[in-house]
Amino acid sequence: MSDILIRIRDREGKLHEVDASTDMNMNLMEVVRSYELAPEGTIGICGGIAMCASCQCYICSDHPLPEKTEDEEAMLSEAFYVNDKSRLGCQIRITEDLHGLEVELAPEGA
Amino acid sequence: MIKTDILIIGAGPTGLFAVFEAGLLQLKCHLIDALPQPGGQLAEIYPKKPIYDIPGFPEVLAGELVDNLMEQIRPFQPGFTLGERAETLEKMDDGTFVVTTSEGTRHQAPIVAIAGGLGSFEPRKPLLDNLEDYEDKGVAYMIRDPESYRGKRVLIAGGGDSALDWSIYLAEIASELILVHRRNEFRGALDSVEKVQDLKDRGKIRLLTPAEVVALEGEGALERVVVRKMTEPAEDIRVELDAFIPLFGLSPKLGPISSWGLEIEKNAIRVDNTLDYQTNIPGIYAIGDVNTYPGKLKLILCGFHEATLMCQSAYQRIHPGKKYVMKYTTVGGIHGFDGSKKEAPKAVVKTIE
Repeated sequence: MSDILIRIRDREGKLHEVDASTDMNMNLMEVVRSYELAPEGTIGICGGIAMCASCQCYICSDHPLPEKTEDEEAMLSEAFYVNDKSRLGCQIRITEDLHGLEVELAPEGA
Repeated sequence: MIKTDILIIGAGPTGLFAVFEAGLLQLKCHLIDALPQPGGQLAEIYPKKPIYDIPGFPEVLAGELVDNLMEQIRPFQPGFTLGERAETLEKMDDGTFVVTTSEGTRHQAPIVAIAGGLGSFEPRKPLLDNLEDYEDKGVAYMIRDPESYRGKRVLIAGGGDSALDWSIYLAEIASELILVHRRNEFRGALDSVEKVQDLKDRGKIRLLTPAEVVALEGEGALERVVVRKMTEPAEDIRVELDAFIPLFGLSPKLGPISSWGLEIEKNAIRVDNTLDYQTNIPGIYAIGDVNTYPGKLKLILCGFHEATLMCQSAYQRIHPGKKYVMKYTTVGGIHGFDGSKKEAPKAVVKTIE
């Protein structure tokens, strides 16, 4: 199986159920962009190297996630609207054990 | 009034390379950028990150690529208006355009090439209720004149390079310097972190971590801020001060360009990709990440290509009807506007006896 299901609540509060590939080395930010769930230019500004917080999201399910790297930790410490569930989408690789992941996008300008 | 052939808005890799291609056609360029240095995102966001998809460079640091581009275009003597944002565009009766910056600098050219990336970088503002009321009345997001902080009580918030570097700089100028950050760890050059440690040990910098500014107070101008320590949220600290400088990095915004009458789609400028990347306004082109067309990819290498075709089209507009064919640099070499010449060394023709 190479697709998993992810539930993503966009910045307007609308819920989307999308299929995400596990075989293309995708990350969560890229999945959001591929479905255009946030306008271009407002997400993934740095391209996915944890140097901006435009892909910040809140993880609402208790799936096992990769530990935050030093870079992600540092970026989140300078971001806005941060809470305990905050992660940078670009740092979360799509793998099969994330099937059913529930995510909410942080507001623009985070 | 600054006059040139091609006025380029945005000094990122695409804008810089356009200078080279224009130079080969004997066209002069001037660049405007809101950032104080050329390079765009590469210089501002990730100078130390390697890029692997520049043709011919298996690996190159973003900062190095900018240095190389600057070196490559040097013979063509580009002009720069840095640290100013292109604000307005006017079309003149003679068909040229006048672009005026945030600082009032005026530029005139028959061709405008927008190479604006994701837009101009604007400071990220912390989420504080009455922040905007105190802008220029104690709150500043950029330090234009460090001397204006002499003898003042200054509080800097942030945990990156700019927060560290300005804390170090202003510690010697301000009467009091407080640095507030949400964590104990700072992300910056090791040297800067050590300097701040030293200044803290010598009592020149007061460090409040992990903490954040949660409110601003003052009648008419900023007088004090409320700092909340994460470890003792019940005991907020009121700090009397003259200046609050939040340094949380920059984020790009399309900004004033979006009201120039150009066709905007998905936060980008729609162009004709079947021909020359011209916009709906003849004489105005959009190249690099700032444009959009079917199949668009935001890659530096695509920006280089777009810049090249744009310059050919610009040449035709400036010299209508003039017969010309593109010349390879291996054939024509480089003839700089500074009088410099680069060309292939002549082959040696000699009889072997």
